[in-house]
Amino acid sequence: MTALLQLDRVEARYGPVKALHGVSLEVGASELVAVLGANGAGKTTTLRAVSGTVRRTGDVIFDGAKLARRPDAAARAGIAHVPEGRGTFSELSVWENLRLGAYTRRGSVKDDAQRVFKYFPRLEERKSQQAGTLSGGEQQMLALGRAMMARPKLVLLDEPSLGLAPMLVAEIFERLERMRAEEGTAVLVVEQNAGLALAHAARAYVLEVGNVVVSGTSDELRANESVRRSYLGY
Amino acid sequence: MYIAAFTWTEFAQQVVAGLRQGAVFAGLALALVIIYRSTRAINFAQGEMATFTTFICWSLMNQGLSFWAAFPIVLVIAFVGGVTIERTIIRPVENGPVITIVIVTLGLALLLNGLMSVIWGGANRPFRGPFSTRTLDVGGVPISVQDIGIVAVSFVLVALLALFFRFTKLGLGLRAAALNRDSSELVGVRVGWMLAFGWGLAAVLGAVAGMMVAPILFLDPNMMQVILLYAFAAAVLGGLDSPVGAVVGGLLLGLIITLLGRYVGFVGEALKLPTALLLILLVLLVKPNGLFGRVAVRRV
Repeated sequence: MTALLQLDRVEARYGPVKALHGVSLEVGASELVAVLGANGAGKTTTLRAVSGTVRRTGDVIFDGAKLARRPDAAARAGIAHVPEGRGTFSELSVWENLRLGAYTRRGSVKDDAQRVFKYFPRLEERKSQQAGTLSGGEQQMLALGRAMMARPKLVLLDEPSLGLAPMLVAEIFERLERMRAEEGTAVLVVEQNAGLALAHAARAYVLEVGNVVVSGTSDELRANESVRRSYLGY
Repeated sequence: MYIAAFTWTEFAQQVVAGLRQGAVFAGLALALVIIYRSTRAINFAQGEMATFTTFICWSLMNQGLSFWAAFPIVLVIAFVGGVTIERTIIRPVENGPVITIVIVTLGLALLLNGLMSVIWGGANRPFRGPFSTRTLDVGGVPISVQDIGIVAVSFVLVALLALFFRFTKLGLGLRAAALNRDSSELVGVRVGWMLAFGWGLAAVLGAVAGMMVAPILFLDPNMMQVILLYAFAAAVLGGLDSPVGAVVGGLLLGLIITLLGRYVGFVGEALKLPTALLLILLVLLVKPNGLFGRVAVRRV
């Protein structure tokens, strides 16, 4: 199987501080893969290295081609990055946020919007509302909806559970799983809540201080003694 | 202090004259706001950019073109010029501190002013405008065609811009890039080009303001300097990051100074600007972000 996304010994730095020390990982087409790890392990940086929002060295191969290190190049190649803090435009309306999601595509956005509204009916109700006035859960839905508008091959999702009630988080993951199954969208998700992430992901990578220390299927990781003790807490 | 003799006919004329002045302020203020929103800096070269393009119009008309034939050519030149300035002069300092950008625009103003003197000389030049100065009878009030024309051109321009920003993809990209650079890049907006495009639009707005005001003021390299001051005032009054505020602020300011100058004796010609600035100060005491400005509140 050739992977959709392939990172080969990718390093990344913020100024003089090296955040990734050669991370290699793969995401297959329409596969849900989780990245786990403690704060500062380099999870967010891994996503940012893919979308080109941090200085990186090493190859990122996407869909069979080397990816240029420019965020708009990643977007145009079919990668939708939902960053920490969701990256929605709070001053713009829900509808305008969705239109921006389809920015790299030509043609009508109506059909895609209907698709998004099928997954997140709440967004249709709030179409003309300013995004900043949405609740946290609704904003996360908008961020996902906006990502879907691009018809991406891969969604990079950073901490979808941050600041949300557990019930809402379960709902978000359930929609994500449905989206993956129905649309064939691959997902690379960074998540603090390791139990939840492993329940939905096919495979996962565990990062420690900028290195992949363990990787495998979700079942393998759940069975791994040290992963269980460090990240699952039982 | 006295109140001058009052007739409704004259009052209506003064209101139209105020709107005409205000329309020019509004155009230039809008140009300032578009650039402020994307780079957080005031473009001190805005006035000189406008005068420069007006001189180009003057040269084209000297070559035998009519005003309306020269007009679209000037707009294209202004747009390309604005984009080029951003790409070459502003780009290198774009991520620097705001004060650096401001100093660069000041330098640009000096440069353009000098270039104009070299190319066209410093003398006042009469500029034949597109509208005649004869008057039309509008409901018993004689109003000059020129006033109506200037207001109409400005309104059409602002309306077109509003439609562009609201309904086109490029307009949405421009707004997004001004609001949140990082998120815009993530959805594939080419932010660098959006900034350049904003400069192009601002240059076009300035060119129109310059070409509208030149028939009234005579053309010389310093023509727009005082108008730029009024435009700053209008933009601050409306709220520096609100395009609607710039337009409303410009029109209000035009009305206020015209009416004050005419009806409040001690203000007259000489004290119009300081009086207007005083009024703006009072407004800002009550609404520090301007009439339409975004209040700087952040959810944490």
